[in-house]
Amino acid sequence: MSLTEQSATELLQLLNQGEISSVELTQSYLDQIEAKDSQIGAFLRIDAKAALARAADIDTRRQSGKPLGKLAGLPVAVKDVLCDTETKTTCASRMLENFRPPYDSTVVAKLKAADAVLIGRTNMDEFAMGGSTENSAFQITRNPWDLERAPGGSSGGAAACVAGGMAPLSIGTDTGGSIRQPAGLCGVVGLKPTYGRVSRYGLVAFASSLDQVGPLANTTEDAALLLETIAGHDPLDSTSLDVPVPEYTATINRPLEGLRIGVVREHFATGLDPEVESAVRDAIKVYESLGATVKEISLPHSKYAVATYYVIAPSEASSNLARYDGVHFGHRHSQLSVPDPTSNSLVEMYRCSRSEGFGPEVKRRIMLGAYALSAGYYDAYYLKALKVRRLIRQDFDTAFEQVDLIASPVTAEPAFKIGQLADDPLSMYLVDLYTVSANLAGLPGVSLPCGFSSSGLPIGLQLQAKPLAEETLLRGAHMYQKATDWQSRKLDQLK
Amino acid sequence: MAITRADVEKVARLARLRLSEDELTSLTNELSQIVTYVDQLAEVDTDAVEPMTHAIELHNVFADDVVRPSLPREQALANAPSHNDQAYLVPPVLGD
Amino acid sequence: MSDSYKTIIGLEVHVQLATNSKLFCRCSTQFGAEPNTQTCPVCIGMPGSLPVMNRTAYQLALKTAVAINCEIPAFTKWDRKQYFYPDLPKGYQISQFDLPMSANGYLEISDEKEGRFEPKRIGITRAHLEDDAGKSIHDEVHGKADSQIDLNRTGTPLLEIVSEPDLRSSAEARAYLEELKLLLEYIGVSDCNMQEGSLRCDANVNLHLETENGKVATPIVEIKNMNSFRAVERAIDYEAERQYRVWQETGQRIGEAPKQTRGWDDASGKTLPQRSKEESSDYRYFPDPDLVPVLSTPEQVAEVRAALGELPASCRSRLSADHGLSPYDANVLVNQGRALLDYFFTTAKTCNDFKTTCNWVTQHVLRILKEQETTIEEFAVSALQLAELITATADGQLPKSRSKDAFEMMCAEKIDVATAIDRLGIEQVDESALVALCQELLATNPKIVADVQAGKQQAVGSLIGQAKKKNPNVDPGRFRELCLELVAKM
Repeated sequence: MSLTEQSATELLQLLNQGEISSVELTQSYLDQIEAKDSQIGAFLRIDAKAALARAADIDTRRQSGKPLGKLAGLPVAVKDVLCDTETKTTCASRMLENFRPPYDSTVVAKLKAADAVLIGRTNMDEFAMGGSTENSAFQITRNPWDLERAPGGSSGGAAACVAGGMAPLSIGTDTGGSIRQPAGLCGVVGLKPTYGRVSRYGLVAFASSLDQVGPLANTTEDAALLLETIAGHDPLDSTSLDVPVPEYTATINRPLEGLRIGVVREHFATGLDPEVESAVRDAIKVYESLGATVKEISLPHSKYAVATYYVIAPSEASSNLARYDGVHFGHRHSQLSVPDPTSNSLVEMYRCSRSEGFGPEVKRRIMLGAYALSAGYYDAYYLKALKVRRLIRQDFDTAFEQVDLIASPVTAEPAFKIGQLADDPLSMYLVDLYTVSANLAGLPGVSLPCGFSSSGLPIGLQLQAKPLAEETLLRGAHMYQKATDWQSRKLDQLK
Repeated sequence: MAITRADVEKVARLARLRLSEDELTSLTNELSQIVTYVDQLAEVDTDAVEPMTHAIELHNVFADDVVRPSLPREQALANAPSHNDQAYLVPPVLGD
Repeated sequence: MSDSYKTIIGLEVHVQLATNSKLFCRCSTQFGAEPNTQTCPVCIGMPGSLPVMNRTAYQLALKTAVAINCEIPAFTKWDRKQYFYPDLPKGYQISQFDLPMSANGYLEISDEKEGRFEPKRIGITRAHLEDDAGKSIHDEVHGKADSQIDLNRTGTPLLEIVSEPDLRSSAEARAYLEELKLLLEYIGVSDCNMQEGSLRCDANVNLHLETENGKVATPIVEIKNMNSFRAVERAIDYEAERQYRVWQETGQRIGEAPKQTRGWDDASGKTLPQRSKEESSDYRYFPDPDLVPVLSTPEQVAEVRAALGELPASCRSRLSADHGLSPYDANVLVNQGRALLDYFFTTAKTCNDFKTTCNWVTQHVLRILKEQETTIEEFAVSALQLAELITATADGQLPKSRSKDAFEMMCAEKIDVATAIDRLGIEQVDESALVALCQELLATNPKIVADVQAGKQQAVGSLIGQAKKKNPNVDPGRFRELCLELVAKM
């Protein structure tokens, strides 16, 4: 087995035992990127020299017996939405094409402190808005399982680089499913932590009350490893939870006794692809065979989740993106026409800069959000959505009195073709049906492979738990992965 | 609810976007579609429900009033499209 | 024409709270630094940055709200007020919209110069905590060159205090501002420096007129750019007259014209229309998801109230009721600020004579402070030394006639009372020496004796000068008394 086919947990062991060097490992992944990424397009930028230099430094420190961080020598890919002083942070937007942050996001700082080798920056939907990574201003990312298909999004690059064997670990962000959905469509593990579990400081905001940073990896163990590295209270983020972070890797092998799995009646309605449905139902049977009890539950307000989400997320986005006005950072319209004496040249500069800097989906959401917050519509849309949000959360609270985990599909269908939904924003939004609730309610959720369609596309299983129950989530997911071997089915070659 | 072209133009001004004629047309349709979908929220009884702003509801989070070093000015201005090494520059602001 | 209308005034005061660091980041709030040297990712609004509220800023805001008698709700939150302006890098101000941290307070004002208005209670609608914007420096001459943006001030904590439209004249408006400033300084929440922008005031003004068709109100105008209390008074007076004139010309009532913003131009003494910020009416407020609400209990509020110390209004009444000062004197002392009042109390309690201390402080100390352009904290004569001076005078150790000389010397040379007495060569003249001096002078001035005997007691006065020449320490009062006694016995 080649190095890049092994799990991060195994690689870390090899590194720690001195069997391989970080330089060797980093080079292997760089070779994979070199070989495959021209077809997949997962990475926006790679700095091979810097990555190798960092790997060499870690190797030297390891040899001289100096203390090393938790991920010492392991390559990690980072979605191009987390600030890092050593590279640009573009959010796959023309607006931030040249933005070089003067500070590190807390997650990047933690990865650096853990001696991870930050191997490259992954592609995404512009400002994390989208579910296909087609909204990147710079390039399309293809699904490694079928290059005609999208990897999902917005963390499409983050999922595709792991699925394509180009990075053992990768960092994504999830506002309405942006980690879990691409993980599901690319056949990898993706975890969205409890809101507040991982610091948002330095994560370029899309929708502040929904955004979370989380790991993507080949296995639940690897995801646990990366999560425990990046999680924890951050005094720089007011919404960060001040609670201890369990050592997930220490407990992940312990099966959950008396596990209660909830299956949501509303999740198996029309529109669910039969192959996806049967894969998810089979996964639930696996849990039964492992001694879990399965209980049907109801989340009566879940059918309003997408509508709620598409009020709250764009509203927050319209405000978060107001700062991109061409004054302090970001793109500025260059050819100011002779100012029309009746108009304000500053206002014109704003309008032109923003219209040039943002792509169509970002503009659409800014417009939607500005509309929902504007005078006369606030109560009917924004305030209403905040109230329905509470009802959605209350449904979960009731459900988690009866069950430990809720099992569901991640998406109604396997990966769709590139361009298939591009002209139909509403259909694209409905792809988030199974994932947005966790963001609205702040719950942790994980997506893991649970089968393949007849055409060979991965199918994902989503598990959700109550707030801060990542340990339960990971142990539950790991039970399934030990009992099945979907995660070890690798791509033979790109097709 | 249907959104008119005039609504879209008004919101575009509010959001400081300059939209082309084509964009105005397509956005009028798309936003109408989305808002019509969102209108289903109206059927939910939320009379006694408090709005939920945060996914996890915390309160009283403060930092101590201790000065920390600011960014060196070159770094603060480094990403600005236009500056004179001391200040950000913008087209003249008429009036105030 | 002022009897034909009533001027209705509400004030919006922005106070910069005296914190070391900004409201949502830890950049310094020090005034006067080089442009853009006190900024960080948070106050520049850089992508990914997040605000965390300054505990001290919240506490100072709460302290102020309690001092202006506001109700403190159990729950408060922060909202984004959205508009585009180059000195607002986030594209929104973090302020408070529907659930401010305090509301329904009041401030009592009285008329220092008496007679211009009745003492009254001015309602305070609300006081809320928000962050400040940066500074735009425009090309004043041509308006064509680029404007420069300095973000040092961006994110400085401000408390916005909004009064009810309870003020009826520019004099009342000024009294309200002075009382508010005094209170803020007493409780130490702000330095209230108007030059540095620590205290800013906007006024909402309109007129209520009695007409044949009943009561009529004119459209409300918000006046900005007033950089001193004097400017506030002048601007309100000007604006009231202007509105009356416009009403006579147009008859336009409230609701028939949008709320207008006008800027005060101090040089021309006029308010001028300001270009309104485009679309400014739709701020699209919504709760800031990056910040969390603040909850407070009645016990916490009670603690803040208990720790406030004595406020100006209660100081004034205590000085007149308990210590017998006139309301005028009490007002003068209290209005000088906390530091001077502390000085006064230390002196008065030490020498145990409030009235005499009041005279010394209001007549001499204040005069010297003004002459030397200094503050009580830097004043050469400490409170305890002034008390010694007063005691020495009362004891007769220091003749009353020389006490002012001693005080002046203490001020000029920074010495204590004993040293001053010594340097002035003041010795207590003993009674028998004084009697001898009287007898000697009476004997050599028979004309004066005759005059006194004829009933012209003031004739003794010309002897006092001669006595002081012979012995400068002679107490003129006692000398006069003795002379009259001796003449009577002749």
